[in-house]
Amino acid sequence: MNIAYELEMKLRPPQKEMLPYPAKFITMASGEKMVIRQAKREEIPLLLEVIEPLIKVEKDFYDIVAARFYAELLGFFRYRVRDEYCLVGTIDGVVTSICNGRLVNDDLGMSYHTMTIKRGLRCGAQMFAAKMEYHIEILNQKEVFIVAESPIGFRRWMIEYQLEPRFHVQHELGGVPTYVLTRDLYFAAKERLVTGTRPVPEELLKTSDTLILPEEYPQIPGWHR
Amino acid sequence: MKKKQLLKEKTSNGVRKVGVVGIGHTKFGNLSDYELVDIMAYASLNAMEDAGIDGGIDQVIVGNMGAGMLNHQTGIESALVSTLNLEPAMAELVSNGPASGSSAFKMGYMAIVSGMVDVVLVTAGEQMRRVTGWEATDFVATLSHPEVEYPYGLTLPAFAAMFTRAYMAKYGLTERQLSLIAVKDHLNAEKNPFAHVQLPVTMEGIADSCHASVVNSYVSEPLRLYHMCPVSDGASSVVMCAMDGAARFKKKPVRIAGIGSATDTHCVHNRKDPLDLKAVRLAAEMAYKMAGIGPQDISFAELHDAFVILELCLAEEVGFFEKGKAIEAAEKGETEVSGRLPINPSGGLKAKGHPVGATGISQIHELVKQLRSEAEKGRQVKNPKYGLAINFGGFGNNVVATILAKE
Repeated sequence: MNIAYELEMKLRPPQKEMLPYPAKFITMASGEKMVIRQAKREEIPLLLEVIEPLIKVEKDFYDIVAARFYAELLGFFRYRVRDEYCLVGTIDGVVTSICNGRLVNDDLGMSYHTMTIKRGLRCGAQMFAAKMEYHIEILNQKEVFIVAESPIGFRRWMIEYQLEPRFHVQHELGGVPTYVLTRDLYFAAKERLVTGTRPVPEELLKTSDTLILPEEYPQIPGWHR
Repeated sequence: MKKKQLLKEKTSNGVRKVGVVGIGHTKFGNLSDYELVDIMAYASLNAMEDAGIDGGIDQVIVGNMGAGMLNHQTGIESALVSTLNLEPAMAELVSNGPASGSSAFKMGYMAIVSGMVDVVLVTAGEQMRRVTGWEATDFVATLSHPEVEYPYGLTLPAFAAMFTRAYMAKYGLTERQLSLIAVKDHLNAEKNPFAHVQLPVTMEGIADSCHASVVNSYVSEPLRLYHMCPVSDGASSVVMCAMDGAARFKKKPVRIAGIGSATDTHCVHNRKDPLDLKAVRLAAEMAYKMAGIGPQDISFAELHDAFVILELCLAEEVGFFEKGKAIEAAEKGETEVSGRLPINPSGGLKAKGHPVGATGISQIHELVKQLRSEAEKGRQVKNPKYGLAINFGGFGNNVVATILAKE
């Protein structure tokens, strides 16, 4: 047995079998179809490339979200985070938005980050909704712990979902006040905030097979890949 | 100026003619990284550059609704003069809620007509994105009645929603039809480099798809997200002058043909018919009378569509269409840029954005741009002669109408 391999196996956390997130699509205000699906582990390096340019963008707290998101996905890719997942939103294959989280146990989900690249279409709101849908409806969890690191996030999650404040519990992202999405809160908000069609027509789903890096970032005027 | 020539530049009733010789505009959107006065200075310098001058301004008039509240800054008219190094120009602030810009423009016109000054810089600006969305909504709501409206949670979106419901009940307008206006405005804004939301939306996306009720969710039922203007920062500016002195400027003047303004009851519930926007009608009639024209002579209009319902109602009140019929014209494409009577070729408040105090001058900016045939490809109105702007203060309680004419 290779020692390095054995050591690596000792470092990796045990992984739980998670039901996959079934892909769906949403017709956005522009008429474009955004496909939301689960990202495969081998796609993470490309998603890191998507995130990297935003790590130094202070405006709207992209820096902290991007830096932490980068680390979380790297942890996922290198098997250093337990039971993590990542969802990706694409329009014509181009990555518009991503979100991630993990399972603490069968009943509790931990929401990590949601990030929008293509702005103005509320892609981020749809990604967050998809994440909550995954925890509550697909994985059948009882609760999800959530924090906000930007005012936009606070407005989208805490206010729109009327999340329950539970400041005495600790979210994995640190000491930021923890809010909780319960099943009741999710189903109360579902009609208003969660949408999407399944199955995704084959042709449309195919557009999302190969993820494409965004050429431009509205957050970084003048930047081109 | 010879006396004979001076007389030539007066209207038939002997009033001095006034024109716009310079226009400037910032992009509308989130400009919270900048100071309000700097935003206004940017638009002002653009207007002065457009006019081909770097001074010689007799008076500066600033339109703004709430810098004291939103930016904790007062005296912005003096600050602007200093930033622009225009001392000792006279400087005043005009505040008339979301119609501050047009009211400032009207004051500039009156100052020149009176003969007291010859060249006026009118700059209007607002910075609303430094506060949260709900603080901005609350700020605008302070223009409602402090005892019988505001304490009951009446915000402007709430007013507009009730108004829309009443209009729907009376004329059978549907939510889907409201979305048609939004789609048109977004299409125009996409081509307007100053617009806050340069994003085309489709009927499928905001009305017809099975996802539309979430993508275009209710904000104040029956009004949805895409039926309302965004909260914006921005400024716009114009240089006005007496026509008898217009030859020294770089650009040919666009003549101010008519201005009217009128008020209505502060409390909306005191109106006999809440759907009757009397102040809009009276202001427009006054402007038509002064210009010696009627609604049939207007080539295009910029109407204050903070909520898409207002584009329809204002178009009816100013005499473009019979009551309840504006939507039919919109459905036929008559109000598109290529239509018989283009409305909001700029994208309107709906998509260009609505930094409240700046909106009136932004509308004037668009009138001038169109009448000079300087609008971007795809949103230039064909051979315009007269443009009308309606700037709607409060919920229709203080309205200014302006008509500009191609010379």
